[in-house]
Amino acid sequence: MNRKKTASAVLFYLISVIIAIIVLIPFFWMISTSLKSKGAIMALPIQWIPEQPTLKAYQQVFTMFPFLRAILNSLFITVCYTVITILSSSMAAFAFTKIKFPFSNGLFKVYLASMMIPTQVTLIPLFIIMNKLGLINTYPSVILPSLFKAFGIFMLVQQMRSVPNDYMEAARIDGAGLFRIYWKVILPLCRSAIATLSITTFMDSWNDYLWPLVMLTDKSKMTLTLALNSLNGQYGTQYNVLMAGSLLSMLPIILVYIGAQRSFKQGMLEGGVKG
Amino acid sequence: MRTKKKNERIGAALFMLPSFAGMIVFSLLPILISIVISLTDWNGLEKLDFSAIAGSFVGFKNYAEILGGGEFWSVLGHTLYFIILYIPLVFLASLLIAEILFKAKKGAGAFRVIYYIPVLTSWVAASLIWKWVLSPQYGVVNQILAAIGIAGPNWLTDELWAMPAIVLASVWKDMGFYGLFLLSGLNGIDNTYYEAARIDGAGKIKLFFSITLPLLSPSLFFCLIMSLINAFQLFPQVMIMTGGGPNGATQVMVERIYTYGFSYFKMGYASAYSWLLFILIFILTLVQLKGQKAWVHYES
Repeated sequence: MNRKKTASAVLFYLISVIIAIIVLIPFFWMISTSLKSKGAIMALPIQWIPEQPTLKAYQQVFTMFPFLRAILNSLFITVCYTVITILSSSMAAFAFTKIKFPFSNGLFKVYLASMMIPTQVTLIPLFIIMNKLGLINTYPSVILPSLFKAFGIFMLVQQMRSVPNDYMEAARIDGAGLFRIYWKVILPLCRSAIATLSITTFMDSWNDYLWPLVMLTDKSKMTLTLALNSLNGQYGTQYNVLMAGSLLSMLPIILVYIGAQRSFKQGMLEGGVKG
Repeated sequence: MRTKKKNERIGAALFMLPSFAGMIVFSLLPILISIVISLTDWNGLEKLDFSAIAGSFVGFKNYAEILGGGEFWSVLGHTLYFIILYIPLVFLASLLIAEILFKAKKGAGAFRVIYYIPVLTSWVAASLIWKWVLSPQYGVVNQILAAIGIAGPNWLTDELWAMPAIVLASVWKDMGFYGLFLLSGLNGIDNTYYEAARIDGAGKIKLFFSITLPLLSPSLFFCLIMSLINAFQLFPQVMIMTGGGPNGATQVMVERIYTYGFSYFKMGYASAYSWLLFILIFILTLVQLKGQKAWVHYES
C-alpha cells in the first residue's frame, strides 16, 4: 500500500514537472537566443546554451528601434488606462448599488448588453470617430476607451452589493457626503476586488495589440507590443534581437504579477465564490 | 427631504458621468455607425459626412456578397478546424493543471507561477517566440522531434501544419488561464461529497466522473463559452505567425476584418463582416445557454 502511494506521488510530480518543462522550453529558447550573436542563431547543431553569450542583441533592440520610448509609452498608457478604468467603473458601480436614481436598472441592463458586442464591431467606427476628433496617433485614442469597461463595472457591482448598507447609513449619520462615503468607506471595503481588476486591466492594456495597431502608426507613439510587431516586420529573421525585445516586454508584467499575486489570488477566489 | 433627494440624483449623475459618456462614445455610437456603414460601400478615405455615406448606400449587398462568396465559408471552416483541435486539447491540459495545483502540497506556488507565465506574456511576444521555436531548421521543436527520429514539418509554411501550429501555441498560452479558473472551481467543491462516495466504495476514476466532473460543470461551462468566443476572435497569433497564410490556410474572421478594413480600406465590407461575426458568436452562445441544462449541474 505504502509503495503504491509513493509510486503515485512520484508519477504525480513527474507529470507536473513535465508540463512545467513544456511551458518553460519556449521561454528558455527565447532567453538562450537573445544571448546569441547573429551567426550563432543559425548555427547547426543548435546551441541550447550559447557558446559565446553576448548582450549585443539587447543593445541592438535599442538602436534598431526607439525601444526605450516604447517602454515609456506602454507604461504611461497602461497606468492611465488602469487608473481610469478603476475610477470610472467603481464610480458607476457605487451609483448602481448605493444610490437610488431613475432608470438605474434599465441602464445597468444596457451596460451588461454592451458586453456581448465584440470589439471588432466597434473598431472601424471608432477609428473614424478618433480620426474626426483628430486623436489618431495620440495617447488619448488608446486611453479613453477605458472610461467604459462593462466587465469592470459588473464585477464591482457584484462586490459592492455584498457591502451592507449599514455602513452607508452610519457614515451618513456622521455627516459624510456621497463622495466621502465612496472614497473612505466603499472603496476600502472592496480592496481585493479592485486589486484583481487592476491587475487584469493592467495586463490587458499592456498586452493589447489590435486596438493600438489601428490607432497608433507613428513610431514615437508606439507601445511595446507594436514595437515588437514592427521589429518583426523589419528584421524578421534576426531572432536574437526579436527574442531580446520579447523578454524585455515580458519582464514588467511578470514582476507586477508576482508582486501582486497575493491579493490577486484572494480576489479571484472571492470572485469565484460570490460570482 | 426634497433637497436631499435632489442632491442624491445630482450625485448619481456625477458618479455615472464618466462611464455613461464612455458608453455613448465608445460603444453605442460606434455600434450605430457600424450598422450604417455595413450597408454602404464607403471606403473610409472619403470625407465622413452624411451625404457621402448616403450616396454610397448599397443595402444588404455587402452581406450578400460575403455570404455568397466562397471565402467566408472557407474562413469559417478554418475557425472550426481550429476549434476542433484546440478545445479538447486546452480542456485536457487545463484540467490536468487544475488537478496538479489542487493536489500539490510542495511547490504549488512555484508551479502556479510557472503555468501562468504564458498567460502573462503578450500575444505578440508569444507569437514571435513560437515562430522561432517552430522554425523548421533552427527551432527546438523539430530538433526534439529529430532526436526521437521524426522529421518535423515546415510548420508555419506548410498548408497542412500551419493551423495545428497555431493551435499548439494557443493551447500553450491559454491552458494556465483556464487551469487556474478550474482550480477555483475545484476548491469550491465540498469535501463531504468525496467522503460520502468513498464510504460507498467508489474508486478514483469513479470519483472523478461521478463527483468532480458534475460539480465542476459550472466552471467548465464558463470556460467553454469563453474559449469558443475567443476562438472566433482569433487574431494576433494568426497575424504575426502566418499573416493568414500559407495560401490563405489560416485566414480567420478577425484577420479578414482587419485586412479588408485597414489594408484594402473596404470599410463597409469589413463592417458587414464584423456583424456576421457578432451574429455567429451570439447564436453560438445562445445555443450553449440553452444546451447547458443537459450537462451543467448547479448545486441548489
